[in-house]
Amino acid sequence: MTMQRRRAMSAAALTGAVALTLAACGSDDSGPTDGEAAEEVQNVLEEGGELTIWAWEPTLDQVVQDFEAEYPQVSIDLVNAGSGNDQYTALQNAISAGSGIPDLAHIEYFALSQFALSEALVDLSQFGAGELDGTYTPGPWNAVNQDGAVYGLPMDSGPMALYYNQTVFDEHGIDVPTTWDEYVQAGRDLQAADPDVYIANDTGEAGFITSLMWQAGAQPFQVEGTDVTIDFSEEATVKVAETWQQLIDEELVAPITGWTDEWYQGLADGTIATLAAGAWMPANFESGVPGASGDWRAAPLPQWREGATSSAENGGSALAIMANGENSNEALAYAFLEYANAGPGVQTKIDQGLFPGTSEHLADEEFLNAEFEYFDGQQANQVFAESAANVPEGWSYLPFQVYANSIFSDTVGQAYISGTSLTEGLQAWQDALVTFGNDQGFSVNQ
Amino acid sequence: MTTLSGPAVRSGPSVPAPRPRARRSWIGWGFMGPFMVVFALVFLAPIAYSIYLSLYRDQMVGGTSFVGLENYERAVGDPQFWSALGRVSIFLAVQVPIMLCIALLVALAIDSGRLYGKSFFRISIFLPYAVPAVVASLMWGFMYGTRFGLVGNINDAFGISLPNPLSPDLILASIGNIVTWEFVGYNMLIFYAALRVIPPSLYEAAEIDGASQRQVITAIKLPAIRGALVIATIFSIIGSFQLFNEPSILQSLAPNAITTYFTPNMYAFSLSFSGQQQNYAATVAIVMGLITMVIAYVVQLRGMRKEG
Repeated sequence: MTMQRRRAMSAAALTGAVALTLAACGSDDSGPTDGEAAEEVQNVLEEGGELTIWAWEPTLDQVVQDFEAEYPQVSIDLVNAGSGNDQYTALQNAISAGSGIPDLAHIEYFALSQFALSEALVDLSQFGAGELDGTYTPGPWNAVNQDGAVYGLPMDSGPMALYYNQTVFDEHGIDVPTTWDEYVQAGRDLQAADPDVYIANDTGEAGFITSLMWQAGAQPFQVEGTDVTIDFSEEATVKVAETWQQLIDEELVAPITGWTDEWYQGLADGTIATLAAGAWMPANFESGVPGASGDWRAAPLPQWREGATSSAENGGSALAIMANGENSNEALAYAFLEYANAGPGVQTKIDQGLFPGTSEHLADEEFLNAEFEYFDGQQANQVFAESAANVPEGWSYLPFQVYANSIFSDTVGQAYISGTSLTEGLQAWQDALVTFGNDQGFSVNQ
Repeated sequence: MTTLSGPAVRSGPSVPAPRPRARRSWIGWGFMGPFMVVFALVFLAPIAYSIYLSLYRDQMVGGTSFVGLENYERAVGDPQFWSALGRVSIFLAVQVPIMLCIALLVALAIDSGRLYGKSFFRISIFLPYAVPAVVASLMWGFMYGTRFGLVGNINDAFGISLPNPLSPDLILASIGNIVTWEFVGYNMLIFYAALRVIPPSLYEAAEIDGASQRQVITAIKLPAIRGALVIATIFSIIGSFQLFNEPSILQSLAPNAITTYFTPNMYAFSLSFSGQQQNYAATVAIVMGLITMVIAYVVQLRGMRKEG
């Protein structure tokens, strides 16, 4: 999982009331029909109204201000209800309670289908969102577009790159790897040169390893309605697991968990030499690892096959319209959504450091030639934009990916601390997910 | 009762007896009412609601359906639940005796009157209890770090390699250490308060009889604070079974060593908030509550029987 500015869960939030929510989802799916959609959008903007948005994306703040300035009749309440899972919990509780649901919510791609499935999200194709095909790069667009329905507009995207500490590689005279086999060898060389230097940190992260599978061309999760297939035995998946297993077995990866203090220190002092992550990482480097400014660079991801150019998405999120939102003004919500994620709002967000999912901006000369001071003047957006164009199609997440990721460390994570192998861990993960999915009424691997 | 009803009958049989009795009972309800309402709302309703929830099943596909006791059947046969319960049972069997022994020793030492700077020791040992559990866990988590934490610093300074306190083999002991640090002061205070109410005349008598300090402890002090010991033990049992804050905070530092079903409470939490299985989570919570009640009750019976 991914997320900019993700914070450790605050356990203080636990109250004794473990289960005080009762499922009572409404199914009030009314809305305007196709056709005069665009005209209606103009009308509602002049009419105005109120909107509540739950989002943790900081660049959205400016977009809201600009929007309110342009359409004075509209008043928007932007609420930060927590990042990632914290927000999904709050959202799920509001949906169960049937009140206090925001009109728009910030949802990461991997969690989108979970909310779409419970009919908590409005299908945006009724507002003509289907025509935005081509506006976005394939990765983000496929993530929001499921079975012909559009469940949100992409806010940002996370095409992956390999961030590496140039100073460390130079010091030891080691080349930056271009394949994952070279990557393993570079890990060995770095350890041999200096036992305090690790090629990467890893304690097992669902979002990361599934992205590697994605890059390798595997499709472990197949979803068609409520028919789900989970299969970690594809050749590409096995290749990922076996390659990564070498790094664990030979203790080439530092046992440091991401987003902890140790992690930031490791990125700063050269303990962690590379980091494969989404294009949202530069902003985090600048804020979390200011001391290493000038040391790091971005490169294309190492490849599974020599000479290939495949990539993957890692993280990224959309803004979605909730069914039964507080102000029940879906047309106005869509008007804002289009402004923020397909219209002028996109540039506003880019100016503040967000990596967009829109093809137009990714091809923009000014954007591509922007020099990153942190990367010592490297035009890193060119690496990211190329990565975004090379994301294999056909990937999907599970409709219960939030739960799946939460039990990742129970199963696959055991490979990092015991004699279990990644392959066995993946098998245990698969078994647990098949059981859960069938219990939840899906038909998994049947 | 008979002496009261006697004059009432004699003063006049025409006065119906039940009327004043009925009025009395309503006045009683008037006093009780506000309490009963709050009690029902705050104590009984959540329990009743949890029981209600535990009889249903909510599926992502298919919605909510009544399943009777199926959730309980599942809990009984759930290896993850039992492994969680086993873990807190080991914790209970090892950590609670250690913690109570230390607390008792400290209380006896402070009560002996031979300690220089008595109030300083009392307050400094009690102080960790005033630190919120979340803060304490974060603090200890930093100290346990083998790379940048205190353990790492010690390793660097002395050129040794201490075992990693956050490894799967040691994590439970590390959590036990945090909990002991937090609660020794609290239990010490319970014991110390009980020791203070022993009448000084007993000590005088013991001195006249020529009893040694050891005999004073075993014959006077320990029997006198048996009640406090039982209470502290019951609190500790409940506390152990409800273990949550410490492992939950350390989970971000040791994600693989601390599973989502590390303790029964964490299991219920992750079922409810990550798995959206509120119904099964309620079942786990109820089963765990029952087990805790039974064990606490057995300990109380045993403690009280010896006293009598």
